[in-house]
Amino acid sequence: MGQTIIEKIISNHSSKKARAGDIAIVDVDLVMATDTTGPLTIKAFENMGGKKVWDSDKMILVIDHASPAPNEGIAVLHDLMREFANEQGIKLYDVGDGICHQLIMDNHHVKPGQLVLGADSHTCTYGAVGAFATGVGSTDLAGVMLTGKTWIKVPETIKINLTGKLQKGVTAKDLILHLVGRFGIQGATYQAIEFTGEVIEKMSLDSRMVIANMVIEMGAKAGLVDLKGLELPYKYDPVKADPDAHYVKTIEIDVSQLETQIAVPHSPDNIKGISEIEDITIQQAFIGSCTNGRLEDLHAAADILEGKKIHPNVRLIIAPASRKVFQDALSDGTVEVLSAAGATFLPAGCGPCVGTHQGIPGNNENIASSTNRNFQGRMGNRNSNIYLGSPAFVASAALKGKITNPKRRLSI
Amino acid sequence: MIIKGKAHVYGDNIDTDRIIPGKYTKTLDMQQLANHVLEDIDPDFHKIVQPGDILVAGENFGCGSSREQAPLALKSAGISLVVAHSFARIFFRNAINIGLPLIELRKYDIKSADTLEINIKTGVVNNINNGESYQGAQMPDVMVKILNENGLVKYLKNHKSYS
Repeated sequence: MGQTIIEKIISNHSSKKARAGDIAIVDVDLVMATDTTGPLTIKAFENMGGKKVWDSDKMILVIDHASPAPNEGIAVLHDLMREFANEQGIKLYDVGDGICHQLIMDNHHVKPGQLVLGADSHTCTYGAVGAFATGVGSTDLAGVMLTGKTWIKVPETIKINLTGKLQKGVTAKDLILHLVGRFGIQGATYQAIEFTGEVIEKMSLDSRMVIANMVIEMGAKAGLVDLKGLELPYKYDPVKADPDAHYVKTIEIDVSQLETQIAVPHSPDNIKGISEIEDITIQQAFIGSCTNGRLEDLHAAADILEGKKIHPNVRLIIAPASRKVFQDALSDGTVEVLSAAGATFLPAGCGPCVGTHQGIPGNNENIASSTNRNFQGRMGNRNSNIYLGSPAFVASAALKGKITNPKRRLSI
Repeated sequence: MIIKGKAHVYGDNIDTDRIIPGKYTKTLDMQQLANHVLEDIDPDFHKIVQPGDILVAGENFGCGSSREQAPLALKSAGISLVVAHSFARIFFRNAINIGLPLIELRKYDIKSADTLEINIKTGVVNNINNGESYQGAQMPDVMVKILNENGLVKYLKNHKSYS
């Protein structure tokens, strides 16, 4: 029997042919930690007796989760990371450079067919370029820093074939939210997902990243997006599944009838169609995060807000996914459009999404957000309600002051 | 290894944000983590938990973030073991790596304040209060090895590599 992409990638990184269910000891191509997970990783590495990391060129540190430091305690942790990076000769992205996953992708630290571990659950984003990338904790990562290896249980793979054409205003975010709702928050636990089909082939890299990013919201270990139709600025040999590879499930979905999808409080799998929940009043709107803080996302918001003002009772907060995203949006006029509409820009980073600082909601407030999780307290206040959707959804909500179908706001 | 302790029972899909909110994760002070563990579900939890107590939950415990602060917060607060119907993948691995034992148990009748006696090796959970006994799932060998050495830090300090 043939192998799935994931079985092939793991086989290529270990001494034997991997099959779903096996435990494999694998060589790792890249590890990444942030300021949430990095300090604990460094401490664990030192406690393991680590002196020098196995390969300083294969490690990236990023200060993005509480950046710039909102208090003295966090500033000290940032310094610990800088000091370690300097001593070990490790590349560190500092305050304002951007969100780890965006930087790893934009700077080509990850390539198709590689095996990457990151101490952040959304590391699965790199499946957008066909890498097996998954999130681990700090101690696990420290183990790789010491040995260059880790152990992996080879996951089964679910194949999802997406056909048809997305309606105007319906995006990759709506598609992945629909799938999270359909599978449930633990529907793909311990499994990998391969995405294929004509819908994927027409998608930009930005949109493919949205799909891969949120597979963790179904519990999946990795989400591999077909490379068809994607142009990358370097040469690579794509890893392809064998024709007789075994899939635990194959699902066909025609996306043509899909309407805007929203995850309502307090779980990302609590999905409703926009028509079911229109008219809920919102106080805050947030566009950003490793899910939807890219140029394509700022453009979607600007399409809706150009020449208009957001509702007077709404705060619209935007944190670009990276400095490059901000600069591109600045030079093409997007920042001006959004700022004129009433948006407040934050430095590139994760802040509001993870409730660390900036944009903490008040009591009993509703937030329209382009992020990935709406768990209770996620944005820093348990007495608030987060509605997840696409940037077009967030911009529409900011404009009207309540949840509304973005389709109506688009100039068609 | 036998663990005996008092149960605290909670529900399904308890995510890492509710185990330890993101705003408290940026610290290396374990007591700071313990002071805020589970506070969005039960603000008094950190006051009532006693060293050796056992946390009991439903489906998909620990879903969400990869933050290792989640199992660390539970362990630092005194939790000696977590029982759940199922665990999220990253949380499961993190807990073993920091030396917090877990038992996956599909069905149980356990109420808060019941006393449990658990054999980590066999996965058998005894509820002393109602006299019932339940068979939990066995862990992969690699995890048992790591857990037996009280976590991955000591395991790699001793062995220098995975085998």
